[in-house]
Amino acid sequence: MSRQFTLPDLGEGLTEAEIIAVLVREGDVIKEDVPLLEVETDKAQVEIPSPIGGRVEKVHVQPGQTVKVGAVLVTFSDDGPATRSAPSAAAATAPRGAPARPAAPTPPPAPAAGPVAATPATRRVARELGVDLKTVRGSGPGGRVLDTDVRAAASGPRAAPAATPPQAKPAAPAGPAKPLASVGLEAPPLPRFEQWGPVERAPLSHLRRTIAERMMLSATLIPHVTHFDRADITDLDAFISRNLEGARAKGVTLTLTGFILKAAALALRGHPQFNASLDPGAGELILKRYYHLGVAVATDRGLIVPVLRDIDQKPVLEIARELAALAQRVREGKATLEDLRGGTFTITNIGALGGTAAIPIINYPEVAILAVARARLEPVVRQGQIVPRLLLPLTLTFDHRVADGADGARFATEIVSRLEAPERLLWEW
Amino acid sequence: MVMGDLVDEVDVAVVGGGPGGYSAAFRCAELGLETVVIDADKRLGGACLFEGCIPSKALLHVAAVLGDAARAREFGVDFGEPRISLDPLRKWKQERVVGKLARGLAGVAQAKKVEVIGGRGVFEDSTTLRIEGADALQKVRFKHAIVATGSRPSGLPGVTAKSERVMDSTAALELPEIPERLLVIGGGYIGLELGTVYATLGSHVTLVEMTDGLLPGVDRDLVQPLQRRLDKLFAAIHLETKVTALRDLGAGVEALLEGQGVQRFDRVLVAVGRRAQSGGIGLEATRARLTERGGFIQVDDRCRTDDPRIYAVGDVTGEPMLAHRAMRQGKVAAEALAGRPAAFDNVAVPAVVFTDPEIAWCGLSEAQAKSQGVEAKVSKFQWAASGRAATIGRSDGLTKLVADSRSGRVIGVGIVGPGAGELIAEATLAVETAALVEDVAATIHAHPTLSETLMEAAENLLG
Repeated sequence: MSRQFTLPDLGEGLTEAEIIAVLVREGDVIKEDVPLLEVETDKAQVEIPSPIGGRVEKVHVQPGQTVKVGAVLVTFSDDGPATRSAPSAAAATAPRGAPARPAAPTPPPAPAAGPVAATPATRRVARELGVDLKTVRGSGPGGRVLDTDVRAAASGPRAAPAATPPQAKPAAPAGPAKPLASVGLEAPPLPRFEQWGPVERAPLSHLRRTIAERMMLSATLIPHVTHFDRADITDLDAFISRNLEGARAKGVTLTLTGFILKAAALALRGHPQFNASLDPGAGELILKRYYHLGVAVATDRGLIVPVLRDIDQKPVLEIARELAALAQRVREGKATLEDLRGGTFTITNIGALGGTAAIPIINYPEVAILAVARARLEPVVRQGQIVPRLLLPLTLTFDHRVADGADGARFATEIVSRLEAPERLLWEW
Repeated sequence: MVMGDLVDEVDVAVVGGGPGGYSAAFRCAELGLETVVIDADKRLGGACLFEGCIPSKALLHVAAVLGDAARAREFGVDFGEPRISLDPLRKWKQERVVGKLARGLAGVAQAKKVEVIGGRGVFEDSTTLRIEGADALQKVRFKHAIVATGSRPSGLPGVTAKSERVMDSTAALELPEIPERLLVIGGGYIGLELGTVYATLGSHVTLVEMTDGLLPGVDRDLVQPLQRRLDKLFAAIHLETKVTALRDLGAGVEALLEGQGVQRFDRVLVAVGRRAQSGGIGLEATRARLTERGGFIQVDDRCRTDDPRIYAVGDVTGEPMLAHRAMRQGKVAAEALAGRPAAFDNVAVPAVVFTDPEIAWCGLSEAQAKSQGVEAKVSKFQWAASGRAATIGRSDGLTKLVADSRSGRVIGVGIVGPGAGELIAEATLAVETAALVEDVAATIHAHPTLSETLMEAAENLLG
């Protein structure tokens, strides 16, 4: 008897997913809940666990393929023993009835010691793209790493180093490149760059394509306006320093971002048009009565914006705890779809990377986004005296269709005043 | 004579005109970099062309012709006793072989606009080389330098013998005479190759090797067919024997062979290895560092030294000291300093011993695979079953293939037999490109050729 496993419903709006990796092979005997596949949707990269135990009779998909919800992924036959054997179980992988050949290749092998199996030309491509070949699982004969494997690894998730094979994630071969969804404007044709020197074409990863489409959509549809401000966080910084140890005792690393999230959520309550979405078709502004804030997280694969819920109602300590856990899930590629949906406003903190200011692009269909650059000690005149103060540059970009410059300035001031007055912590934070 | 310093400013200064140096220089020039080569003898080719690979192969070809002629009696053709005239032989080697290739390299340099400066390059700092021995006191300022100063023959440890009769490989290749009795010290490839030349030309050759076998490090089953032949060709082979003293008596050399007593020879060839030439070139004025063992210049996989401006390639960077490794490194260094993503990450560096029969190998030997814990399968194909080997009267060869049991990849090949040096090319391609045993077995090999032996070895593994 055999049973078919189809691509499950991934949640609202999501109708397809790209197969990143197939984690089992035909003949493998697996237990329930063992990861079967890695797929990437518009929202996230997720592992799909096996709903049942049994022997994998057939794998119907391959990396790079885009499949619709309901498509058959794997067929199980439940005649195998109910224990999981390692995927390298040779007996299970040998074709039935075929005579055993001593050195015949058994696909695909575990990574062997010694040099990585790849042609010199492929190794050159890996160097060009900055890919460590040892981290790439080869899809070629005998586990040979092919150009396509390298390109996929360069654009897809970074695999863990070979030193920790149990966590090593197989990299995804690149699927065929697909055009970006049109926003109604036709880009002029590109010149032939080859006339000036050698070029190479690398297909965009699923995530890169998603980011590109979203940014193009936002930058094209929304008239962006940007407001600059600075917050004097000298006192807040001292407060954080004083309480670092105490927070750490509770297992939390207190960061500025936690306070910024809180300040923004509280400010949003007084400026609801920034916690909204415009419905141009209906001619309505949809005001959201919840404050779920997205935080831009840079990962090896690209930008991902996980969402923290009900920031307005949570103490800063709890926000910091959730943020740390969420950022880690995202960086490890383990974020769930839930982690990435439902945001109402976005914060991007580029302070760790330096810079004096950045003008962000709105995370469509939200109305506003706040960028935070690095805080610096600067001379400030206070009561006729020049004193060193720690100033935090803030950049608020918002949808001019929804709000005007004055609204933006007032909203920004609300954030600034909270960051400058940590004594408000007593009754607000 | 010009007073004062003449300073040349270049993109790349290559120190040493051997295979590593000229390969690097040519590639730099191709990439649009202004490049000079500084060579003590103001010529391109280095030890390889003037005192190594090329002249030895010319002489070994003569040895092979003599060997074939002698063997022709087996099938009823008698050329009689060969008469060897040393002068024409030396002239042919020097002019028609070495000279022709040297002129060719000089022509390439000219076409690529690579200037060759005569003199010894000595680093003054990380941007300047002083040229010693040049007509004018000259300096070269460079953006990058590539050190390719190569290696030179090692002396016999503990034995000093300043005598014309005690030769290193360079002197032996000059073919000063055909000594009646020649002592060859060292059973590595240089000793075996030159011993073969002299023995074939008529010398009684005694070979002494310190370890318990010829060609240490090479799988024994590959050495065996050669050893059988050399046992006949050489007057004596003493293994596990050291030469502890050499004395020039004027009419000959007295050698003290440990455990064998004193023996007299007309000449002695010392071929106990080569040493990196990393000293005396001012490296201490740069940030480049040497390895503790062997005094090699330490480089990474892009041939960069610890000094960001200075690269090094070839013998001076370590084993295996082979011209083709140096050439590949030279190209890598050139591309790396030009900002290209090059790396010397080659898996297989072929090695060839040009004796009769030849021995060649690449990738992992059977012994290496074992010591590195690789789960390997080994297949041996005896040439006794090769049609081509029978037609040339040489069934004493063996083709051996080492494969990774798990992946089925070819990870090493060793060949002994006539033409092994040419046959290893296919094997090297297989190892370098991670070909499967199945790939080799399913590739059509021309019949009847010796190349079929690799296919046969592969088929054996597939069962």
